[in-house]
Amino acid sequence: MKKTALLVAFMSAVAMSFAGCTDTSGPTVKVGVIAELTGDIPAVGASCRNAAELAAKEINDAGGLDLGGKKYKIKLFIEDNAGKADQSASAAQKLITQNDVVAIVGPNASRYAVPASEIAESSKVVLITPWSTTPKTTLDAKTGAPKKYIFRACFTDPFQGRVVARFAMENLKSKKAAVLYDVASEYNKGIAEIFKSAFEEKGGKVVAFETYTTNDKDFSAQLTKIKKAGPDVVFLPNYYSEVPLQVQQAHRLGINVPFIGSDSWGSEELLKLAGKDVEGYYFSTHYAADAATPAATRFIQAYKAKYNSTPDDVAALTYDAFGLLIQAVKSAGKPDRQAVRDALARISGYDGVTGSMQFKEGSGDPIKSAVILQIKNGKFGWFANANP
Amino acid sequence: MYLIQQLLNALQLGSIYALIALGYTMVYGILTMINFAHGDLFMVGAFFCFLAGVSLGLPFVPTMLLSMAGTAMLGVTIERLAYKPLRNAPRVSPIITALGVGLFLENFTLALSPYPKHITPLLDIRVWTVGGVSVSSLQILIIALSVVLMLLLDLYVRRTMVGMAMRAISWDRTTASLMGVPVDGIISVTFAIGAGLGGAAGVMYGLAYPVIDPYMGIMVGWKAFISAVVGGIGSIYGAMLGGFLLGGVEVLVAAYFPSTYRDFVAFSLLLVLLVWKPYGILGKPRPQKV
Repeated sequence: MKKTALLVAFMSAVAMSFAGCTDTSGPTVKVGVIAELTGDIPAVGASCRNAAELAAKEINDAGGLDLGGKKYKIKLFIEDNAGKADQSASAAQKLITQNDVVAIVGPNASRYAVPASEIAESSKVVLITPWSTTPKTTLDAKTGAPKKYIFRACFTDPFQGRVVARFAMENLKSKKAAVLYDVASEYNKGIAEIFKSAFEEKGGKVVAFETYTTNDKDFSAQLTKIKKAGPDVVFLPNYYSEVPLQVQQAHRLGINVPFIGSDSWGSEELLKLAGKDVEGYYFSTHYAADAATPAATRFIQAYKAKYNSTPDDVAALTYDAFGLLIQAVKSAGKPDRQAVRDALARISGYDGVTGSMQFKEGSGDPIKSAVILQIKNGKFGWFANANP
Repeated sequence: MYLIQQLLNALQLGSIYALIALGYTMVYGILTMINFAHGDLFMVGAFFCFLAGVSLGLPFVPTMLLSMAGTAMLGVTIERLAYKPLRNAPRVSPIITALGVGLFLENFTLALSPYPKHITPLLDIRVWTVGGVSVSSLQILIIALSVVLMLLLDLYVRRTMVGMAMRAISWDRTTASLMGVPVDGIISVTFAIGAGLGGAAGVMYGLAYPVIDPYMGIMVGWKAFISAVVGGIGSIYGAMLGGFLLGGVEVLVAAYFPSTYRDFVAFSLLLVLLVWKPYGILGKPRPQKV
């Protein structure tokens, strides 16, 4: 008897705590955000969440979105995928069925974006990934046809891989490249293979193509093999928490050629974790904070004022993803999933913080330029543009 | 030259696995229980290294000693709180508790430190290149320190009263207690030593691979556990042998085969080894005395 009474009291306390969650401030547009807030790449998730909150705040502070005469506020539902693929999928499920969102922004890393995109596609809910560059995210796994509800704010790896290969050959005059990549991760594997075929197409030779598995920390065996092959450049298309270890171990083994990377290097955390070891190296990414357009400068200043740090590419792309979404909702006139999707598919061009993007008919992948950044004096600096 | 370089890599990796495997084997030897939280104790050791070496800015030796002491105390606390009450429970219960303790340690550390942390170099690392082989002073330190610790442990177990008590308890706990051996105290000492060695491994790992996160203990812990089993769980020499064996196989497979096959080949070889020697290479079957 006592146990049941205790249980009832506990359950009513829990139930009452949900009472505070009812929305009392008028009509809302519900947007879900799936970010890697914990796990192996939390800096990516933090940037995404910050930019999402900034975007929502800007709209809400201006009174909200004007849809059919009524003012709608943006309500964000932020889910953590904890750096796990299955949790990405279940977060998407929760946002769609429980929170009833109109659209989802995120996840960012390709290996988490792909599972979430499957859920969104089958539930017919728009998902815009800010940062996932692997083609698989917007392509149906079985038929290879483009998915109808999945969009992205960034370029894709078939473009990026060629950009890096061209940069290595033309700017670094490289003829023999080596690659070390994570074979268990969608993004790393995809872009490594694209780089290899693009590099060899241009007449170069990939002398070492080594792999490791996610969360490995010791790369000495693979790096020793790479050293033996004698490359003049090493491509590391890996995330910001892994590259510092790889570069440090390579230096200790006496590998002193330039290292190049891709957009997964873009986080400030890379500089904190790697220090001097990455000085002078180049990588391709989505935007350069120090070579910004007026629109970008406004965003950078607003972000700096609110969060006291320079926004990275994830933040800028998330902001653009929200920009695309807001434009679609306005054009649709109501927070209805199908209407928003159709409006989004009709957008053929958008000028965002990360540059101007063109959408081809039927494709959720924008055609955009990339930038090459160099790490100089411990900071990211714009080096060159790379146009499609 | 290439082979020698890879052998050095293997020795470094193997030393770390061996040190952690010792913790598993000691606890199993004395309590017939696998302490699945041990990999996470290793992770805590690495975080203590961060706290002492980076946050407090202490030099290498105090950092190492403090981390080992801290991890040892944590190990003893866990034993007293979580494992002691279950000493006479069915075999499954302490194992589940150990898994729970491991999860607790991971998530507690995650709550305190959601971002991976960087350990700034505590030592000046010098790299010497001898005939094409690059040797770093850190590699030599790790290998030498591990060997010294293992030799000290071996001496301790074979030549001291406490060591003799440990061996007695592992043979027959009830009779040992009847003979006046302070069983609880000795078990605490065993945990302290095992955890302390795991902590030392954590510090060395933190120096060699300076990006630490709360989940780093999982994979390494499993590999060290497998090393201990393959070497012969319950045998100290077995744990050392298993650690170096696994490190060697991992590195040499990646050295001569496509590196994608590394884990697959390494674990397949170990499976075959276990089929050939079910108790591990140096393990002995424990006869049930009736």
